Amino acid sequence: MGDVVATLARFTPAERWVHRVTGLLMATCLVTAFVLYYGPVSLAVGHRHAVELVHVWAGYALAAPLLLGLLSPAYRADLGLLNRFSREDWRWLRSRDRRDGSFDVGKFNAGQKLNAALTAGSVVVLVGTGTLMFWTGLVRLAWRTGATFVHDWFALALGLLVLGHLWFAMADPEARAGMRTGVVRRSWALKEHRAWVRTADGRAAPSGTARGRARRR
Amino acid sequence: MDDVDRSRTPDASGAPVGRRVVLGLVGLGAAGVVGGASFSRRLSEWLAPVELRDPTGLIATLPLGPAFRFYSVTGVVEPRDEASYRLEVGGLVAEPATYGLADLRALPQTEFTSDFHCVTGWVVPGVHWVGVPLSELLDRARPAASATAVRFRSFDGTYTESLGLEDARAARTIVALEMLDGPVSHDHGGPVRMYVDGQYGYKSTKWLSAIELTEDEVPGYWEHRGYDVDGTIRG
Repeated sequence: MGDVVATLARFTPAERWVHRVTGLLMATCLVTAFVLYYGPVSLAVGHRHAVELVHVWAGYALAAPLLLGLLSPAYRADLGLLNRFSREDWRWLRSRDRRDGSFDVGKFNAGQKLNAALTAGSVVVLVGTGTLMFWTGLVRLAWRTGATFVHDWFALALGLLVLGHLWFAMADPEARAGMRTGVVRRSWALKEHRAWVRTADGRAAPSGTARGRARRR
Repeated sequence: MDDVDRSRTPDASGAPVGRRVVLGLVGLGAAGVVGGASFSRRLSEWLAPVELRDPTGLIATLPLGPAFRFYSVTGVVEPRDEASYRLEVGGLVAEPATYGLADLRALPQTEFTSDFHCVTGWVVPGVHWVGVPLSELLDRARPAASATAVRFRSFDGTYTESLGLEDARAARTIVALEMLDGPVSHDHGGPVRMYVDGQYGYKSTKWLSAIELTEDEVPGYWEHRGYDVDGTIRG
């Protein structure tokens, strides 16, 4: 009690809602994908048409939070940050001791940027190929076979990507707290994202809000 | 977070790699849609010998191309065996009949090898089939002149399908007892399933329990959910 820790605002409520809804829909897609793909489970669960409908519509629904998020300036700003790879990012990716705090990591490290881009690209491909498989009259059979092949591999890759994302989240309670509550400890941020702390301080300096912000944790 | 001063933010500078990765993946996906069918065929031919010697069985679970996907439109389907299996042939016929497994095996058989196509795109090349031509069962039942179609039922209790009489009498429309060099397994719709060559998989009823001659072609399970009554495979 009474422990006052310096914190930094990391994610706005809008961003956290985008993350929550996207996560829920992604989980729905991946679980139903497993049921549809893996034979023994397919037959044990059955009800293929119902599972298929849930899978397909959860997939389309993924676009909703990702696009609605664009209404939020904070979300748009973070998309901008995720998009750009600095020279430091490439150094970070190549380095073996990228976690030792000696890198100028911004709000997102290069791994997070890569994950965001691979996930976004995979979602686009999966929604596209899924559409060709679901509305079977759209393209000729050979392309549907191609779409199935692409859909299978991208789904497998995306599943592994999401597992990796969860793995890193499980290993870092403070990062999880950032997405859950929107704020992180300053000490954690200095270690993991020190360039971001510097920018946040610089921006906040005139009004003195971010540096002085302290919360009970 | 409002206006970010890009020049001072280290991760706001640099090349737009994120966008390039997204566009690159979309390009890869599009190329895969167009070329994936032949690529996966070659990949699986190349990997088949490896897969046979893979003690973990892991390779078989990867989406390397030809592999059956197992569909069931209900919950768990109770298996039927030698003792419990029955196939009823009825409807608009002069001679309704019920066949056990041994009865079906005693009838003339036909066999051939063909590619299995699902309407969603997956394909298994070179599946070997053995079974009783449906025309054989129809001849024995002696359909009424008013019968124009055949309706199939499944012992899963839900699935139905249908064929016009002409397709039903085709040489490669069979009541299949063997596939892939063995009895049709339960997962594949055994002990007895339909196989209608030249038509998408949904026309080939799994867990076949009844064949009924009807006045009109009655749309089946998937046809109520958007698929064409005509399941003819067209490239």
